[in-house]
Amino acid sequence: MKDNIKNVLIVGVGGQGVLLVSEILAEICMEAGYDVKKSEVHGMAQRGGTVVSHVRYGPKVYSPLIEMGTAHVLLALEELEALRWVNYLRPDAVVIVNRQQIKPLPVAVGLQAYPKGVLTRLRKAARVVVIDGVRIAGQVGDMRAINIALLGALAVLLNLSPAQLRRIIKRKLPQKTLKANLAAFEKGRDAMEVEQKQHRTHRKKEHTR
Amino acid sequence: MANAILSGNEAVARGAYEAGLAFAAAYPGTPSTEILENIALYKQIQAQWSPNEKVAFEVAMGASFGGVRSLVAMKHVGLNVAADPMFTSSYVGVNGGFVIITADDPGMHSSQNEQDNRRYAKFAKIPMLEPSDSQEAKDFVGHALDISERFDTPVLIRLTTRVCHSKGIVSLGRRKRVARKPYEKDAHKRLIIPIHARLRHTVVEQRLKELQHFAEKSSLNRIERGYPEIGVVTSGVAYQYAREVFPQATFLKLGFTFPFPRKLVRKFAGLVKKIYVVEELEPVLEEELISAGVQAVGKERLPLEGELSIEVVREAFFGPRRRRPVDRDVVPRPPILCPGCPHTGLFYTLKRLKIGATGDIGCYTLGALPPLNAMDTSVCMGASIGNALGMEKAMGQEGAERMVAVIGDSTFLHSGMTGLLDVAYNRGTTTVIILDNRTTAMTGHQDHPGTGRTLQGEPSAHIDLEALCKALGVKHVLTVDPHDLNATRKAIKKATQQREPSVIIARRPCVLLKEFRVAKKAFKVDPADCSACGLCLDLGCPAMVRLDDGRAQIQEFLCVGCGLCLQVCPKRAIK
Repeated sequence: MKDNIKNVLIVGVGGQGVLLVSEILAEICMEAGYDVKKSEVHGMAQRGGTVVSHVRYGPKVYSPLIEMGTAHVLLALEELEALRWVNYLRPDAVVIVNRQQIKPLPVAVGLQAYPKGVLTRLRKAARVVVIDGVRIAGQVGDMRAINIALLGALAVLLNLSPAQLRRIIKRKLPQKTLKANLAAFEKGRDAMEVEQKQHRTHRKKEHTR
Repeated sequence: MANAILSGNEAVARGAYEAGLAFAAAYPGTPSTEILENIALYKQIQAQWSPNEKVAFEVAMGASFGGVRSLVAMKHVGLNVAADPMFTSSYVGVNGGFVIITADDPGMHSSQNEQDNRRYAKFAKIPMLEPSDSQEAKDFVGHALDISERFDTPVLIRLTTRVCHSKGIVSLGRRKRVARKPYEKDAHKRLIIPIHARLRHTVVEQRLKELQHFAEKSSLNRIERGYPEIGVVTSGVAYQYAREVFPQATFLKLGFTFPFPRKLVRKFAGLVKKIYVVEELEPVLEEELISAGVQAVGKERLPLEGELSIEVVREAFFGPRRRRPVDRDVVPRPPILCPGCPHTGLFYTLKRLKIGATGDIGCYTLGALPPLNAMDTSVCMGASIGNALGMEKAMGQEGAERMVAVIGDSTFLHSGMTGLLDVAYNRGTTTVIILDNRTTAMTGHQDHPGTGRTLQGEPSAHIDLEALCKALGVKHVLTVDPHDLNATRKAIKKATQQREPSVIIARRPCVLLKEFRVAKKAFKVDPADCSACGLCLDLGCPAMVRLDDGRAQIQEFLCVGCGLCLQVCPKRAIK
């Protein structure tokens, strides 16, 4: 029964819109007939600190928190934050990470260093899909649409209905930012589809070898 | 009816609505804040922010006296503030149903201690329910109100952060019509003088016996049959973790935990070979089991501190697991004061003047972190002022000159006013700085008596802080804009050297407030003029970054153009 549960960890920096992504994901899971729980912490953690949201869906979900070592997907809106949560990954997990580094205060004021080679290290832990959310957001003309671009990528990976997601996005987002966000959503989907295709052919080659 | 995805807090609000609640009050505090924010969305319920939890409790209790179903909500430490009326509320009982909601914070995500408020139920002799998810959070409010009216007692609902802030699917119902009960004067019941109280105490003890009997049969306590080798006794969110770790075990899932169903537990013990008690924080259930003569394993395996999770419970009973470690150089990302935060200039000035501060509870507690490090103490709501006065009493004039109290506007109105009165009354010379950002910022911008708006955003009496401080006996009250560093510096110097009590009101609205936000251009550091002195980095502004050569750079996407860095730059390199 436990294996029927999907565990998705969504992480980022306060202000990046982690909670909106997990909100939309939970909503579509409910509409698809799953039991779903999600959990995050409000308050102190929001002021530019680390933000993490656990989403679990399946026939029957008990714990709102994902157990370490059991996340199927890690969606990270920032690189260092991706690295922070690798202990939650299953061996066969997929990491979707936004190509962006936001310096935490201890780094910004020169007290500590931002870790080097983040993406390389992530690749040692899991299959990693890098999405250039900053570029996509620039293209659609709204720098705050990075989270929705990443949601697009996640939708392809988890096989979620794009039409249904668009409906939920329309319901959840303010009218004036809708056009840019829907465009970002499509671009995120496209990026993931290209990656998926490459991944499949790559795996086929390995099989034939 | 339909389903919805609700947080535990949203579900409590929904449950209150469906159960015909007519009144609710609270003071904001994480993780409880959203309960009242969501109750306020229902027009049928009169809801309000009170200045503090004690007042909120008393008002909600009054509404119950008046004959309507009533609720008060607060975070765990808020119940300490409201403990005085709570202890006697069990003596006086209710008219309309009365529910007290405590939201505990295991793991201290946003709190100063990890107290387990389940202890209060037994201490104050008030029955207690513990929901384990959003659906139960909704349902238990209705149950609690029914129990309250049936047994003439307030009922405590104990939530925790993971119940409050986790979302799950909840089935919605319609609002029940509940008529207001007539009010009749009954001084023997509600006027607690010793001669009445003695009689009421007997009533309380008798009521607890009846409730004990009721708890044994309550549908909120259930046995979930599984294999008999292991029996798990659990309550609250711990049930969810235990279910994942012991999928095959037999469970005693408790929702009604005080008075404790002792007979039920003995019956359960007969069904299983071995009992594990899975609970967060204190061994409350475990002690009840022991006193019922049932052997169980609990806190000898599980920690007394911190939140539980699946992995904590699994490792406690099945030993450590091998896990992928997180690299050591993954630097922490602590919460920070926002770019443009009005507190930044104030703390920077205190730091430059080498003046310490007794602190308080709010966003400004973040001023304690590097690079500002501008706070010496922080204990509880309102403690800054009393602490500063006490330090002055111990250290003499030196204490008063080298230490100020810093307290937010909402916190000052919550429980700082009496501290300030004490400074004036007991001839202190302490300087109190009220960080007046026109809102309760940390919990997500709630209104308070100083903002002149109610919970619903309607205009109301607007408290004049200057006049209030003067009325409390402080003659020297100065108001400054903390973004004007020069004026702030002068005000602090003057106030601390005065041999009389003084208040500085550092007034500037929170930068996150929409109506006050001024969209200005981001500033830039001219690298040719920057001497790499690092003074601007000392502000701890998230938009300011140190480059490898020591010079500063402004991250334009974060800069709100507040101009603080311009004022501290000796080379005028910021433009």
